[in-house]
Amino acid sequence: MATLGKLDSANLNGGQKLAVKYFTVALALFGAQILFGLLAGIQYLKPDFLYGVLDFSVNRMVHINALVVWLLFGFIGSVYWMLEDESGIPVVGLKLGNLIFWIFTLAVAVVVVVYLLIQIGPGDHSSIWLINEGREYIEAPRWADIGIVVCVLTFFYNVAATFAKGRYTGVGGVLVLDLIALFGLYLAGMFYTPNISVDQYWWWWVIHLWVEATWEVLVGCLMAYGLMLTLGVRRKIVETWLYIEVALMFGSGILGLGHHYFWIGTPEYWFTIGGFFSALEPIPLVAMVVHSVFDSGTHKMKNTNHPALAWIIAHAFGNFFGAGVWGFMHTLPQINLYTHGTQWSASHGHFAFFGAYATLVIAFFYIALQKWRGNVWMSGGLSGAWRWKWSMLLLNLGMVGMVMAMLVSGYEQSQIERAIEGSSWVGYFVAQAHPWFVQGMWWRQIFGWMFAAGFVLLVWDMLTIGRGERRPALVHAQPAAA
Amino acid sequence: MSQTEWWASESFWRKTAIWVTAGSFVALIFLTLDSMSAITAGSKRVPSYSVINHRIDYVFDEKRNFQVPVIGVEEPLFGKKLTEAEAEALVSHGKLTTQAKNCMNCHTLLGNGAYYAPDLTKAWLDPSWGTKEVREQEMVDFLMNPQDRLHNAVGRRMPNLGITEAEARATVAFLKWMSSIDTNGFPYNFKPIDQSDPPPAEAPAVNGSPVQQQGG
Repeated sequence: MATLGKLDSANLNGGQKLAVKYFTVALALFGAQILFGLLAGIQYLKPDFLYGVLDFSVNRMVHINALVVWLLFGFIGSVYWMLEDESGIPVVGLKLGNLIFWIFTLAVAVVVVVYLLIQIGPGDHSSIWLINEGREYIEAPRWADIGIVVCVLTFFYNVAATFAKGRYTGVGGVLVLDLIALFGLYLAGMFYTPNISVDQYWWWWVIHLWVEATWEVLVGCLMAYGLMLTLGVRRKIVETWLYIEVALMFGSGILGLGHHYFWIGTPEYWFTIGGFFSALEPIPLVAMVVHSVFDSGTHKMKNTNHPALAWIIAHAFGNFFGAGVWGFMHTLPQINLYTHGTQWSASHGHFAFFGAYATLVIAFFYIALQKWRGNVWMSGGLSGAWRWKWSMLLLNLGMVGMVMAMLVSGYEQSQIERAIEGSSWVGYFVAQAHPWFVQGMWWRQIFGWMFAAGFVLLVWDMLTIGRGERRPALVHAQPAAA
Repeated sequence: MSQTEWWASESFWRKTAIWVTAGSFVALIFLTLDSMSAITAGSKRVPSYSVINHRIDYVFDEKRNFQVPVIGVEEPLFGKKLTEAEAEALVSHGKLTTQAKNCMNCHTLLGNGAYYAPDLTKAWLDPSWGTKEVREQEMVDFLMNPQDRLHNAVGRRMPNLGITEAEARATVAFLKWMSSIDTNGFPYNFKPIDQSDPPPAEAPAVNGSPVQQQGG
């Protein structure tokens, strides 16, 4: 029997040992994301800050790349975490999985060092292959693209082979199919063309169909597992909900891709298709809120892991507001004409990535820590609980504050730069110098510091939660599997 | 214990999920095939690269109720008329430069990217370049030495990215070509640089044939 409260990898199964490695790197990259976000934010206020050393473009690139990679690491870790529980057998090809983890981590480190020290190259293919591809979110140079494909393929093999050899649950089935799509879509971004319309067409296949389709389904799977684990919800219920969510998510999200095809040269019929289907995109997110709140109520909030469930609920609401409401607010072409490429997008982007994804990965961090410490008590009356509560409060308030601040700046920009000044460069700078815009940027920075404080507290909590706790975890009255 | 209704059953929703996903994806494939033919360089919406040999303007179209790119008289970039292959090579060099210099993490292109610097979709047509006579050289000079040219009240300066003259000229070609893409009226209400000829000139009016009728 494991010693309660002591961090011991003997408490974990093979997949989970690998998962916590991914989680550790994810947490570090989350910190890097915040750091570089703060630097870029300062540059809006003091443009000479780090000018010529770490220019805005570099900080912003590291900020968004760290985001993508830490979430990816978080997702991979979460899947490895649940894999043996779901399939009922040890992970197939775990050694390979471990090897790939180290290669992946090393590759990420090399890419970041090159971003920071070399930054840019001559205008030829060598830069794209070795330094950075210069395409937002998928800046990773081509060599790293190939590496990512190899890593993701190995991960897919681990997952699919394990489910194939063990048992295929509903969650497992959806997960495997989703990973095929996730992997296949990445290939759509791996080519060069001088034609920027064609370039952005396929670029959105990767960005949108990852973020607004396959990632959403992936977190649907993770949430299903999380609810079974923390609340003890019956499998039949979560899996039925999962299928409903997949139908609604893919039914709206795949053609919702059209909202990125309004202004890049693509035909006008995308106005109708993109507008209509993306307007439907919030519906599955409502379903997720109903699902999680209803289940929590049914179980009278009695759960095995308070911080994890709190973050799962934060995920349900964050996903709905950040991705759903904030996305819907400017998804119709009539509005998007004025908001496209302004701080509106930044406001939505921050809220959606945090609300939909960061929250759920943090929930899995807590799920992992509980078992890592010997499946220790993490329900009511936990000593030092103020830490997770305050970090959660600071992270969420910090995020909502940033989002609102950027929205104010975005409103001002769409009104003054776009509607009044006619989108010229002079119009752009008139809007950027406007007090309403500048105030928004200051508030964003202040709330950014609040968010960073929440992160520091989160790390402290991760290192200490459950330490010295001697009670075993709460046991559900009914078995999760039914 | 009542039996689960068909509409609440797991199997019904599993099948629905599969059919909806497959149906949406098939629809996307067909739309993609159509869109690809509509945005290939040389199509109605995305002109061929040799469009840089012509004047490009952005004019309000009554029928579509927004501005559309209009391709006008011959006006070769840097005074040198290029073949289609030469134009493609130049535009491609420019596009590679925009990627290698990471333009998209400060600027937006077609509205996509970062929001720290102005949108580049119609950079070629921006009135900030002064007059059409000095525009090309102004753009090249700016790209090569942007650090000395504070041009706004917020104190933001583009850093020196080590752009060579060849890269700068190629980038200008890319920007000129990009301004000819039919972006469904984005950016809206844009006021392009004055490209009209001096009064005594015999050149045709700015409103040449719309891109839609040009056909590459």
